[in-house]
Amino acid sequence: MLSAPGLLFFILGCAALTAPYMTLAANRIVAGDGFRAWQLAAPGPSVLALGVLAAGLAMGVLGAWPTLRVIGAALGLGALIWLLTLGSTTLLDGAGEYARVSPAAGFWCLVVVLALLLADGLTNLSPGPWARLGILGVILGLLAALLTSGLLSQLSIMQEFSSRKPAFFDALSRHLWLSLGSLLLAAIIGLPLGIACYRKPRLQDTLLPALSFLQTIPSLAMFGIMIPLLGWVGDTIPGAQAIGIAGIGFAPAFIALVLYSLLPVVANTAAGLGSTPPAAQEAARGMGMTFIQRLAKVELPLGLPIILAGLRIVLVQNIGLAVIAGLIGGGGFGAFVFQGLNQTAIDLILLGALPTVALALVAGVLMDILVALTQPHTRHVSESAP
Amino acid sequence: MSGGGLRRIALTALLIALVVRPSWFAWAFAPFAPTGGPVIYERASLLSLSLNHLGLVVLASTAATAVAVTLAILVTRPAGAAFLPLSRTITNIGQTFPPVAVLALAVPALGFGSGPTLVALFLYGLLPIFENAITGLTTLPPATMEAARGIGLNGWQRLNRVELPLALPVILTGIRLSVVIALGTATIGSTVAAKTLGEVIIAGLLTNNTAYVLQGGLIVGLFAVLIYDAMIRLETYLTQRVTGGAAGR
Repeated sequence: MLSAPGLLFFILGCAALTAPYMTLAANRIVAGDGFRAWQLAAPGPSVLALGVLAAGLAMGVLGAWPTLRVIGAALGLGALIWLLTLGSTTLLDGAGEYARVSPAAGFWCLVVVLALLLADGLTNLSPGPWARLGILGVILGLLAALLTSGLLSQLSIMQEFSSRKPAFFDALSRHLWLSLGSLLLAAIIGLPLGIACYRKPRLQDTLLPALSFLQTIPSLAMFGIMIPLLGWVGDTIPGAQAIGIAGIGFAPAFIALVLYSLLPVVANTAAGLGSTPPAAQEAARGMGMTFIQRLAKVELPLGLPIILAGLRIVLVQNIGLAVIAGLIGGGGFGAFVFQGLNQTAIDLILLGALPTVALALVAGVLMDILVALTQPHTRHVSESAP
Repeated sequence: MSGGGLRRIALTALLIALVVRPSWFAWAFAPFAPTGGPVIYERASLLSLSLNHLGLVVLASTAATAVAVTLAILVTRPAGAAFLPLSRTITNIGQTFPPVAVLALAVPALGFGSGPTLVALFLYGLLPIFENAITGLTTLPPATMEAARGIGLNGWQRLNRVELPLALPVILTGIRLSVVIALGTATIGSTVAAKTLGEVIIAGLLTNNTAYVLQGGLIVGLFAVLIYDAMIRLETYLTQRVTGGAAGR
């Protein structure tokens, strides 16, 4: 049995090979010359690497064996990395002190194709939450090993990284503080508001539309409007500046993120609590439970998956939006992105954008696992309730 | 309800005035400008920036709607069913990508200007529309589908007369989400030299002129809120028409 998506991946992968695989530039600013995948090394290793890549793509066609498709994707990705290391050594040989090599369109397209093949194969295997956690751990471990091994250290983006190591980890921690801290504060404010909305539908009818309008405001405008507002607070309220409240920097970015987070938290809390089966509510009431007891023992546990799904939306969204903080001096990976855009240094843009994407993907997968882990509990209780 | 209507008209009038006659508001923005600095943004006309901004959003969203709905129709037909799980995976992963990162990643491929912004808006706009179109087309009431088959409608007629009209409200919700994201991302597009209203905000940030920041922020915010509101009302109207038609049958 042939897999139709696998066939599509094979064709797309072969087409991507005709695009330039790597570029060689005289320095970090100018555009480079492209080289095809077969121009990167001596014939021997080239043929071997391309052969492994083709074999990996071909294994993706085997629809009946998802495990083989996953292995094929892994083989293909390995071949891509190998070609990259072969190519950087060949291209940099005698190219001058400031020369930079970077992966080009062909490489990125193949990465996307193989990553989709991997995802498609894994979806076919439909692993449980713990297995997914294990797979995520293995992938992150391999990625960390690859990045610290020095195999890729000749690439331009890794040179941008090594010349900015302290700034990079600074940006990482700032980015995490912004996105996780605003998630925490939004949960502290939003959960009680969600419970209040659940109790008083009239409050829900006024609060939720207001919060959705808030979320409609484009991020740059929201961050911008925060600046005079917080600047004013910092200037007029004594002691506010001492705790870091000012028009520019961390505070306006943080507050804007919290405002964006409220809608998913409040709406999903109200929806989660409201999703309790009437029979379970009836039983809890029949046992003489008070509102607080019902909330703690019945409605919150049963609504947990939906509430967590709201927190997932917030976390992924905030990791992305925190990039904008780089424009108003709030730090994070956005600082690299916008610095790179100003200097037209592509690799600096990537140094900001790629870790942001990786953080968002990992956060999304982790929260999905958490949602899945809380789900069987729900089924178990709702089955035993009647 | 009439209070809402009044507020809508007032906000629309305010927005038009802000865009067409910015000098009327000099008194309001003056306290935020640096002493002796300019108060009203005059490097480009706000009207042309607004039209450019909206033009990018309309172009990208129209193209995204056409492509996403076509793809959703294809993967929900028997012939394309093999691609349905894959397309779900792609939308799940794709929506985890931050819109700003999509914009930043479009620059290395396409350079600066309106081009990468348009492509980023289009690519990112596909996902919510595609996801909602699939949801709409796969959750149709089985009884209705059975009836459509029973009265002898062929595949094309079923799609045109039954499936698409029933799925329309859900698809519209996807388009609304997509337009809201596109408005925001187009604002950030000015950091890659696209001519949009974000330019006013960025100019304000670069020169420490809060008057510019506020001016740009207000205009963009009002546009977003009013467009969002108009689309919600369109959805409500169409949903009522669809469910009203179903009840009358």
